[in-house]
Amino acid sequence: MTANDAATASPGPISDAPLLELVHATKSFGAVKALEDGSVRLHAGEAHALVGENGAGKSTLVKILAGVHHPDSGELLIGGVRTTLNGPAASRAAGVSIIYQEPTLFPDLSIAENIFVGRQILGRGRQIDRAAMRRRADAAFARLGVALDPNRLARGLSVADQQIVEIAKAISFNARVIVMDEPTAALSSVEVDRLFAVVRALRADNTAVLFISHRLEEVFAICQRVTIMRDGRFVRTAPIEDLTIDGIIRSMVGRDLDTLFPKTETAPGAEVLDVSRLTREGVFTDVSFKVRRGEIVGLSGLVGAGRSEVARAIFGIDRYDAGTVTMGGKVLPNGSPLAAMGAGVAFVPEDRRLQGLVMEMAIDHNIALASLGRLERHGLISRKRERDLAADWAVKLRLKFGRLKNPVSTLSGGNQQKVVLSKWLARNPTLLIVDEPTRGIDVGTKAEVHRLLDQLVSQGVAVLMISSELPEILGMADRILVLREGRLVAEMPREAATEASIMRAATGQSVGSAA
Amino acid sequence: MTSTTAPALNRISRTGSLLRARELGIAIVIVIVFGLTTVHNHSFASEHSVQQLLAGAALVALLGVGETMVIVTRNVDLSVGSVLGLSAYLVGDLFVHNPHMPAILGFVVGTAIGAGIGAINGLITTVTRVPSLVVTLAALYIVRGVDAIIVNGKQTDPASIPRSFQAVGYETILGIPWLAIVVAVVIGIAGYAMRSFRSSRDLYAIGSNPDAAALAGLPVGRRVFTAFVVSGALAGLGGALFLAQFATINATGGTGYELLVISAVVVGGVAIFGGSGTVLGAALGALLLNTINQALVASRISSFWNQAIAGALLLGAIAFDRWLGLRVSRRLQSAKGERHVV
Repeated sequence: MTANDAATASPGPISDAPLLELVHATKSFGAVKALEDGSVRLHAGEAHALVGENGAGKSTLVKILAGVHHPDSGELLIGGVRTTLNGPAASRAAGVSIIYQEPTLFPDLSIAENIFVGRQILGRGRQIDRAAMRRRADAAFARLGVALDPNRLARGLSVADQQIVEIAKAISFNARVIVMDEPTAALSSVEVDRLFAVVRALRADNTAVLFISHRLEEVFAICQRVTIMRDGRFVRTAPIEDLTIDGIIRSMVGRDLDTLFPKTETAPGAEVLDVSRLTREGVFTDVSFKVRRGEIVGLSGLVGAGRSEVARAIFGIDRYDAGTVTMGGKVLPNGSPLAAMGAGVAFVPEDRRLQGLVMEMAIDHNIALASLGRLERHGLISRKRERDLAADWAVKLRLKFGRLKNPVSTLSGGNQQKVVLSKWLARNPTLLIVDEPTRGIDVGTKAEVHRLLDQLVSQGVAVLMISSELPEILGMADRILVLREGRLVAEMPREAATEASIMRAATGQSVGSAA
Repeated sequence: MTSTTAPALNRISRTGSLLRARELGIAIVIVIVFGLTTVHNHSFASEHSVQQLLAGAALVALLGVGETMVIVTRNVDLSVGSVLGLSAYLVGDLFVHNPHMPAILGFVVGTAIGAGIGAINGLITTVTRVPSLVVTLAALYIVRGVDAIIVNGKQTDPASIPRSFQAVGYETILGIPWLAIVVAVVIGIAGYAMRSFRSSRDLYAIGSNPDAAALAGLPVGRRVFTAFVVSGALAGLGGALFLAQFATINATGGTGYELLVISAVVVGGVAIFGGSGTVLGAALGALLLNTINQALVASRISSFWNQAIAGALLLGAIAFDRWLGLRVSRRLQSAKGERHVV
């Protein structure tokens, strides 16, 4: 098919036989069931949305289609034939291509070489035929209706352009199914429009596009059918005409709160943290809120809404462009974690392996790391005090460990998180910021962490908790703040918040539009 | 959108071609150094002096070819100096014991010895995933140690090295040293291969983004292994050429060569963290360093300055790369800005 045909043809009707069918796929990682019933049917020429909360199993499903994960059970049919995908190469060979949110190109190679890496077009004597590669790349870009110079190095391409290169690569593989995993998360509105034009061009070529997005208005703008997932299970697939945004949200969240969340009612005390009009250009805008003693404030929103970024700015890891952070009546200087720590702020970051722990260092050293000043005698660290401090906290938090001298990397995820918590609690903070405090840890330890947070609050500590898990936010927080695209869009008291109302605020659907 | 991005893209690709024209830049600097020195000392432009320039740079350039292939994959081979020394002595010793061995066999054996050590380096690096910096640093000492044990305080006797073999080391054809011709042929072949074959483009992809290379299904281990074998083989060939050039070999031949080679490669525009650079650039880097070295001698400037200048050049080359990189990314950002405004 030539570029002209693609540009003029209108999207064809959705055919009957599915191009790709995943039926009742399950996948567990250890004790964690990531996917209990992953099912999706993709037809030629359709853009098919896959929606669900964070942790609904979408990423696992994508990785199964990508050949990265092998399902424990269930079957995959491609073109009606039972298929097993052993690795990414097999997936590509079967006509499935994945476009990730942040593609990984080769910065030092040209765009054309990126498209054809490992399978460059060969000419005479098995030499690479650069002219042919350039022509084929140009043809792919023409079909997609975008202008990119194939000779350019990939270094410095915008995320949007990198995605286009990946899509051109998919086309060059003759992909029949293209999976886009939250492609619009890092795109400007102009770039989103261009991506949608590309999706329409793909549909016109009878490619099936599986479109994963948290932005439901985008789903309605570009998709013909929607598959909804919840808690690792398929809920339903329906044509877009039969759905409303509110209906989708209800299907995404409808579940009971479990008993993971011990919550003691406490009366909040004096104001501790006052964030006023905090702005970091392009990341978050005009964010204002207060946190008081004895309360947990939950910071909710979709991944990428700027939650962690706000927390990092408060703690001084990142600088902000405007606004103030006040701790206990004193304005904190911009960009100084040391000042924030001095004012009684503690910060348990999102990624404990990268940001929270020195993995190869012993448990006791890790626990003492933020309190070294107190352990000093005559300018030297007292080993005895360090050991005592660590042993004390290990008991308090019921840490399961071999010896305090063992490296932290020998602990389980949940116990590692306890070490990070100990490190900060050892400083007796007045404000504890926790970013995804229970991500990737088992249910038992999770409940322990929740109990610990509850205890701290009843002792008068103020807690700011970021979590992608709605039940955690609903179960633990006294007040809930919702960020969307860097702005604070809702604040609700515990009693008024529901999963649906948070999701509505987080995805930008006004409460009024609820049917 | 296209109307605003097009000029920006043009500017960028021009900067890109400037980057690729690094070889031209080095060639110009060589000519300038050569010209300035000749003004001072006319004998610098004599046939003999130019022959010395070429022959002196030849071995470093040859080892630079293999080193480029390794560094492009985000690895490094520190063992080349020791490999050169061991190969030189073993080939010499072989001639001592087999005086009637054909000269060509000396080069073949030298190359094979190097390839063998390169294969060990490559195997350990790719199988155990110990950083190549450590693996080849260990090889540097081990090979040198083995060399010292074998040499045992002796040295090769020039009289037992065949004339025809030694000729490659110092004779010229049409005024060009044989040594330079052999090395130029290797550079030509390697340069062509690095541009035109899948396997060698894989080397660039691996160094540019190792994770993506594995995901794209490139045979990362095999390619890196091959790069080490080639680097070792060329260092082994270099050993045979070293023997042809100097004939008297003890246990210290080629000591410190690895740093000379890496300097030449980096000055020649090969990114130390992999992904970009050419063997021609590396060879020109070697020629530039040697030209400066000889120019200092010809200008009667103390040779103490030599190393300081080589160091400054190295820093300058890296700073230049950083500066270019920053400029490109800034350009791209402003180009992106333009697009958003529209």
